[in-house]
Parts: sequence; C-alpha cells; structure tokens
Amino acid sequence: MKSNLKWIQLAIVFVLIIALPAFFPSGYYYRVGALIFVNALSVVGLVILIGYAGQISLGHAGFAGIGAYACALGPDYVGLHPAFSVILGAVVSAGMAALIGKPILRLKGYYLAVATLGFGILVSMVLTNERALTGGPDGTAVAKLGLRSWLKDAGIKLSSGEFWYLVCGAVLLIGVWIALNLFHSATGRAMRALHGSEVAARTVGIDVAQVKLQAFVISAVYASVAGSLLALQNKFITPDVAGFMHSIEMVTMAVLGGVNSVLGATLGAAILTLLPQVLTIFAEYEQLVMGLVMILVMIFLPKGLLPSIAARLRGRGE
Amino acid sequence: MTLLQIEGLGISFGGLRAVNDVGFSAKPGEVVSVIGPNGAGKTTLFNMISGVYLPNTGRVLLDGQDVTRFESHRLARKGLTRTFQNLQIFQDMTVLENVIVGFHLAERGHLLADILSLPSTKRRAREVRTKAMDLLKRVRLDKAADQVAGNLSYGSLKRLEIVRALAMEPRVLLLDEPAAGCNAVETEEIDSFIAELAASGIAILLVEHDMKMVMRISNHIVVLDHGEKIAEGSPEEVSKNPEVISAYLGAEAGQDTPSVEREVANADG
Repeated sequence: MKSNLKWIQLAIVFVLIIALPAFFPSGYYYRVGALIFVNALSVVGLVILIGYAGQISLGHAGFAGIGAYACALGPDYVGLHPAFSVILGAVVSAGMAALIGKPILRLKGYYLAVATLGFGILVSMVLTNERALTGGPDGTAVAKLGLRSWLKDAGIKLSSGEFWYLVCGAVLLIGVWIALNLFHSATGRAMRALHGSEVAARTVGIDVAQVKLQAFVISAVYASVAGSLLALQNKFITPDVAGFMHSIEMVTMAVLGGVNSVLGATLGAAILTLLPQVLTIFAEYEQLVMGLVMILVMIFLPKGLLPSIAARLRGRGE
Repeated sequence: MTLLQIEGLGISFGGLRAVNDVGFSAKPGEVVSVIGPNGAGKTTLFNMISGVYLPNTGRVLLDGQDVTRFESHRLARKGLTRTFQNLQIFQDMTVLENVIVGFHLAERGHLLADILSLPSTKRRAREVRTKAMDLLKRVRLDKAADQVAGNLSYGSLKRLEIVRALAMEPRVLLLDEPAAGCNAVETEEIDSFIAELAASGIAILLVEHDMKMVMRISNHIVVLDHGEKIAEGSPEEVSKNPEVISAYLGAEAGQDTPSVEREVANADG
C-alpha cells in the first residue's frame, strides 16, 4: 500500500530531528536546526502549491510576515496569548489568501508569478511604513511564549536553543504529516490532476478554481505558521520576514530540493540554510559560490536534488 | 426519452463561423457519431457540448435542463464527460491514480478530513481503489496500475482515458477519436468496448475517422462540413447521401483515399 511510503517518510523526518543533535558541535547548532525546520515548514507549504497544484507564488513571504507580526502585535493590541496569536496569524493569512487567491489564481505562469509578487511587496510595504503599528523598518519586539518557563516549573529544563529546536521540529513533523495525507487524498489528487491537465481535471468534475484556491490557502497557512515560529523564537521581528528576498528564498529551496517531493523540499531547506554557514570560508565570494551551486544543481539535477538522485538510484537498481 | 438535445449550436472565432446551427439528439444507450472532413468543426462542436467553449448561439439540454452555460466540471456533476483527441492524461500520476481521479465526485469529502486523513477519507480511498482496479482489469491495464502513466504506449493511454471517464459513471460520454493512432487489434477492442458501454445505457457521442468502426457501431450519424450539418440519419441513409459522398470526395479529390462508399462496402463485407 502507498500509505507505507507515508510512514517511512515521516519516520525519516522524525529520526533526523531526534538524532541530529548528537552531531552538534555546540549549542549554537540548535538555533541553526530550528531555522532549518522553520524554513522547511514554509517550503513544504510551497510543495503543496507548486509541486502538487502546479501554481507559482513569489509572494509567500507576505504570509510569513502576517504570521510573524500577528505574534508581535496580537499580545499587545488584542491581548491574545502568543500561542493563540499564531492561530490568529494563520486565520488572517488564510482569509487573505482566499481573498486575493480568487482573482489571481485565474492567471497562469509568469502572470501569476508577478501578481503574487505584488502581494508580497504590498505586505512588506505595509509592515515597513505603518510605523505606529509595526515599529517600521527597525522591527518590533515579540512577547515570550512562556511555555519554556512553564516546562521549567514542571521540572523539564531546556535551553532556549533546545526548546525551539524541539518545538519547530514538532511543528515541521505535523506539517509533513499533513502534506503527505493530502498527497494521498481526493483533494491532493485533484491538485495533482489539474497540474497535469486542467481541461481533463474538469471533465471528471474537479472544480479547478476551488482546488487551486485550497492549495493556495493551505500553503499560506504553512508560511504564516513558519513566520510566527520565527518571530517567537527570535523575540524580535523586522519587515524583512515579508521581503521579496525571503519569497525567492522559499521557492529556491523548494525547487532545489525537489518541488514534487515533501522530503526533497525539506532537504532543499536544510541545504540552503546550512550553505551560507559553511560557505563563510569563501568570505566575500560566499554569494558567488552559492549561486554557482544552485546553477549546477538545476543543470544536472533538473527535478531537484532528491527526486533526481532517487531516479538515478532506481535506474541503477533495475 | 431524449437524454441529450443539441439545438442550433454555433460559434465564431474572429470572423470565422466554425460551427453554424447544428442540432441533433441522443437517447440513453444510443451511439451518435459526428463525422466530416478535417476542419469540419467536429471537435469544436464537442468543445461546446462539453463546456470547454461557450457557444454564441443555440442550446444544450441535458435531461431537459438547459446546461449551455455550464462549465465542464458542472456538466460532469450532471453526468456528462468526454475524452480528448489529443490525449489528456495526468502524465506524472500512476495509471491507477489516473482512474482514481475519475472517481473524484464519488470520493471527495471534506478538506479537513483529507488533511487529517480521517477514517472516512481512508475508507473512501480504499473503496475507490478497488473500483478503479476493476475498471483497469476491463481494459487489461491492471498489470500497469502502479506505473507512471507517461510511460504507457499510445494505445494503452487511449484506453486509460476512456476508463477514467467511465469512473464517474457518466450518462453521456463524448469520445473524440478514441481509435486514432491505434492498430487494427486495438481499434477492434475499443470498438467492442464502446458497444458494451452503449448496451449498459450510456448515450455515446463519437467523433471518429475510422469509417468501418463508425458504420458498424453507430445508431445515428451526423455529418458536418464547413461547420454545417449537411446530413443525418442511419448509417445506410448517410452512406448513400450524395451530399455526403461529394463532401468527402471533394475534400479528398486527387488523393488516393477510399471514399465513404467504398469504406462502407468494406465494412459490410
């Protein structure tokens, strides 16, 4: 049965999350790990949008921005607990995605790319310019989640790095589980079908506009939760989280790792988060080397790292 | 008893009148074929009936209900579906998944149930999987069930497309050149498969260039030329119609291709 594959993939992610700290040279790497998981979470969302449904977005950092600022502003302005602010952010992001998705998802290819790009820039502009509310380009402080001190009282002592590593890992695991559930469900199959042929998808009764919108909203929630986690663990947030570069980064991670594969996209997030750390030995040539790596991967492994490698291995096995 | 009623359908692209004032009807269990030279407007007519194009004039009635402005997915929910002349397969999905997608209307539940993989979602997935395998067995594709569809041969893909359409248990099925590009054996298979489907009560609209097949399995034939209906009737009536013969000869004058008459004669023999 296909569902075995789902549990194998989940087990791989789970084991990696649990086992990786054994190889950490210092406590600093918990922070890097947490950052990988946060990036991977938004990238898994993009796998649903781009990999399953075949729709592009260059503005998903906008939703990360909404999620992040919900956590910054929710406790101050609405009196919400930071944990519920994550949910508030997700709800606002979903609503926003539904609202803008309806008209723009009729667009295809690069027209859709530009329209989503516009949305991302819009969010980032609002966050930058509404100084009274958001603190402007200098950013704003984010309240503590409070869960760690609660755990401490309960007798579980974790460093901040360890705590966020585990929280982000757990949320990523849930995100991967949902994405894999979706893949093998009627909704997920409808997404993949319209990716293959919209006209054929319609003939079997798939409401193409509705299913595209579902993919867009779900992926927006992923980005929003990722943004919230980023804000909560850094306890500080700037409008950069919603910036154009962040959107591009997400799509690059997804495509590099393999946009059709949940695991591949996670790998892409890990590599592109780690690479800058590793490439610091190249000093000012860091960006150059990184660009080169990406170009080479796309030329030699056009389906992304994981799917291409898997295909090679399968080819050899036969 | 009329299931599908087409009245005065017409559409223009720019200044060109691609289809003009075409009408006919189909009953359950009937095979109605639309024939005509290349460019006669057969596929355009299919596109209007199946909701891909919006006609400028005329009406499509399904069970007496005006469905002219319905999009394809709403027509599918009413029980009308189609296949395509140039295959429209979900290439990156497996053969089995292609058929399972055909069960979309039967399988779909609440989005949340799908996301959380609730027991209801799993149960439906299991049921649909079994039904999809049964359909694949009917066209001998069950052995290829887990292959990626893009790897299949052309003839297999043609059969796959038909069973995908069958999965939604249509009342009206539009087949656009189901035997195109198939060899003699495959054509014969598709031929008897269509007869079987009609016998089960599905109204079938067929566009096909293989005249032997058309003459053998049609109850009713509509002949198009330059977007106009020039004749209709039983296979015998149509094959004797001088206008039909001249349309075919006219279109193929100077070429060494068999006329309708000769093909009909072959089919009889």
